[in-house]
Amino acid sequence: MVAEIGQFALVLTLTLAIAQSVVPLIGTHLGDLKLMRFGASAAIGQAVFLTVSFAALISCYVTSDFSVVNVVENSNSAMPMIYKVTATWGNHEGSMLLWVLILALFGAAVAAFGGTLPEPLKARALAVQGMVGTGFLAFILFTSNPFARVFPAPADGQELNPLLQDIGLAIHPPFLYLGYVGFSMAFSFSVAALMEGKVEASWARWVRPWVLAAWCFLTIGITLGSFWAYYELGWGGWWFWDPVENASFMPWLTGTALLHSALVVERRQTLVNWTILLGILTFSLSLVGTFLVRSGVLTSVHSFALDPSRGIFILGLIALTTGGALALYAYRAPSLKHGSPFGAVSRESSLVLNNVLLISAAATVFIGTFYPLVIEATTNDKISVGPPFYNLTFVPMMIPLLVVMVVGPMLKWKRGTIREGLAKLTRPAIIAGLLVVAILIYTFGAHALAAISFGLAAWVIAGSFAILVHRTRLGQVPLSASLQLARITPRSVYGLVVAHAGIGVTVLGITAMSAWQEEKLQALPIGGQVEVGGYQVTLKSVGPETGPNYRAERAVFDINSNGQVISTQHSEKRFYPVRRYQTTEAGIHTNFISNVYVAVGDRNDKNEWTVRAYYHPLAPFIWYGPFIMALGGFVSLSDRRFRIGAPRRARPAYALAPAE
Amino acid sequence: MAPFRMFTTLVFGALVAFSTPTMAVEPDEVLADPALEARARDLSQHLRCVVCQNQSIDDSNAPLARDFRVLLRERLKAGDTDEAAVNFIVERYGNFVLLKPPMQLHTLLLWFGPGLVLLLALACYWMLVRRPVETDPRRAESLSASEREELQTILTKGTS
Repeated sequence: MVAEIGQFALVLTLTLAIAQSVVPLIGTHLGDLKLMRFGASAAIGQAVFLTVSFAALISCYVTSDFSVVNVVENSNSAMPMIYKVTATWGNHEGSMLLWVLILALFGAAVAAFGGTLPEPLKARALAVQGMVGTGFLAFILFTSNPFARVFPAPADGQELNPLLQDIGLAIHPPFLYLGYVGFSMAFSFSVAALMEGKVEASWARWVRPWVLAAWCFLTIGITLGSFWAYYELGWGGWWFWDPVENASFMPWLTGTALLHSALVVERRQTLVNWTILLGILTFSLSLVGTFLVRSGVLTSVHSFALDPSRGIFILGLIALTTGGALALYAYRAPSLKHGSPFGAVSRESSLVLNNVLLISAAATVFIGTFYPLVIEATTNDKISVGPPFYNLTFVPMMIPLLVVMVVGPMLKWKRGTIREGLAKLTRPAIIAGLLVVAILIYTFGAHALAAISFGLAAWVIAGSFAILVHRTRLGQVPLSASLQLARITPRSVYGLVVAHAGIGVTVLGITAMSAWQEEKLQALPIGGQVEVGGYQVTLKSVGPETGPNYRAERAVFDINSNGQVISTQHSEKRFYPVRRYQTTEAGIHTNFISNVYVAVGDRNDKNEWTVRAYYHPLAPFIWYGPFIMALGGFVSLSDRRFRIGAPRRARPAYALAPAE
Repeated sequence: MAPFRMFTTLVFGALVAFSTPTMAVEPDEVLADPALEARARDLSQHLRCVVCQNQSIDDSNAPLARDFRVLLRERLKAGDTDEAAVNFIVERYGNFVLLKPPMQLHTLLLWFGPGLVLLLALACYWMLVRRPVETDPRRAESLSASEREELQTILTKGTS
């Protein structure tokens, strides 16, 4: 019964979505306010019905209703309750339902908080949102119905993929989807602006907070995925340039570019065309991200849905969405107002340079991901594109970006001078230079690249805080005056400082991990010891362990430093009998700066166990960084401008724009 | 047939990759000579485990990856140069095993594509910022014939 309610709610949502994509447009055409406002009601209705539908599916999982095919295939009565719940979206059908639910929630947010938006813009944006929803709802209902029944119902289910039975991976997809789908707002508003043929200042003010929120969620989602790979896959890797990782990374790169170009639209009413194009591209890449995981064209460690037949449907959806939007763009963009020009050295110019580098980086990832497919389809050869390729192409593009991102915020809008920008950056430059020299001396010049990379990280972190120092005139005026200035500094500036510093933190982690990580591989008897990174790792015991739905072989390690046991870690090899699947659980000792990572392997005939121990210096920084970035995003979101300054009245917005 | 075969290999690949969660490099594979072992580790990070997704044979725990590692070490022990040892494997398994694709005619676009995109983007950037700041030429051009006429009438009215 519950499944039928879910199914029924889903069908209702589809009809609402179809109406939402048509009626408001008729309204804008006829100038009928009532018809335009139907979009908002429909959007809220969609959110309500999809919530019911999703709750119904969760309920099927929680009660282990094995008459529902989806539950049979992905759940088991012995699974812990938390994974019964997360199994709801740990599969193709359920994750697609979550996707449309989030889409509907964003649509409802426009309806609920968009009171200050001009009615026609709101109506058009909601109509576009409705079209996207229609496509994906139809996809779910016609190719991947989560509520399909099976008769007779089996006694028990097949269990969730054991790799996904992990809290990190359980919350990874919802965050990722909040990011992907959040970019639909940029898409809908871009297409709506193209339909209107004009972009007002209020447009960017409206779109930017959504883009920022989506970007924060996507950042968190990707980071969770990377962290999961680190502790779950058992060899301490954290980024593999795997197609599915790339799929989430591409919209992140273009989304970051969008975030910055929308800033220019908001402040200077220029780069309008480009920002609209980026909005379309970013969401299209988000769709490609969904497609890559679902289609089976590219599989990887993360993929849990392999079905090429569905790929055709999604591919069609992407072609329609992207193609339609781009056609409209080609038709309308030339008539959009061009903004005021700016000098080669200016804040705008540095933001455009940021876009140039980020888009080239995204294109690099795109080429690296799809080129092997093209080669395979057109020649007899099969090639692989792995980390060495990206190290040679992607990484070099990041270096100028790290330099520019510090100088840019120091420049004036419209026209600045290099000298003036750099004058504010003497101290960061000195700090970075000293760090490079110190590392070169300390390592006898053995790690020149790492030293430069550390210098860049210091440059980024110190350079970000220099913005605050400069703004508050710290050291130039009395401290109380500085504090006063700090108080009136907008939160968006703090957000910028924090987010940029986060990049520097990540660079520190990546560099230390690639230059100074240590690895020891040894066959150890019980009581045997191996030394790594100044720590002694002792294998204390190996014994059986029973979990709720798995059996495990658990190794206990003591980690000693200076003769004292500082930590006891477990490393497990788990066997899930239902799926006949093995997973590894690494033991990680962390002091929040560095990690000692131990994993246990097989026993040899001499009664020794293969032990792999790593010393991972600054490894946690790799994930602190993105979380700091997301925090910066949220700080910026709390800015007064977004809370109340948004397009209260569309026209005076020009007058209110800061003169600067 | 091809998509189906690809599908099954991928599924099979995923199964192989995860059905044996032993460590990647096993202690019994490690060569006695540390210099030779270091070379082997370095090379194996650039070779792909053919049944896995974008994993190097150094990371992979699939049995086939183990065979590759052992084979690579045998070649190095036999006195092969790095290049010869890798070529030995590429000759048998194709370019697919190279995580860093070779520079050939059909991979030119792969290797130079990113640079081309960057150059193109930089060119656009240059054209954009080269526009003079103080005087916007488009604004001067944007007066239509009728507008110019109107302006003329206003100006003449003003002077009369």
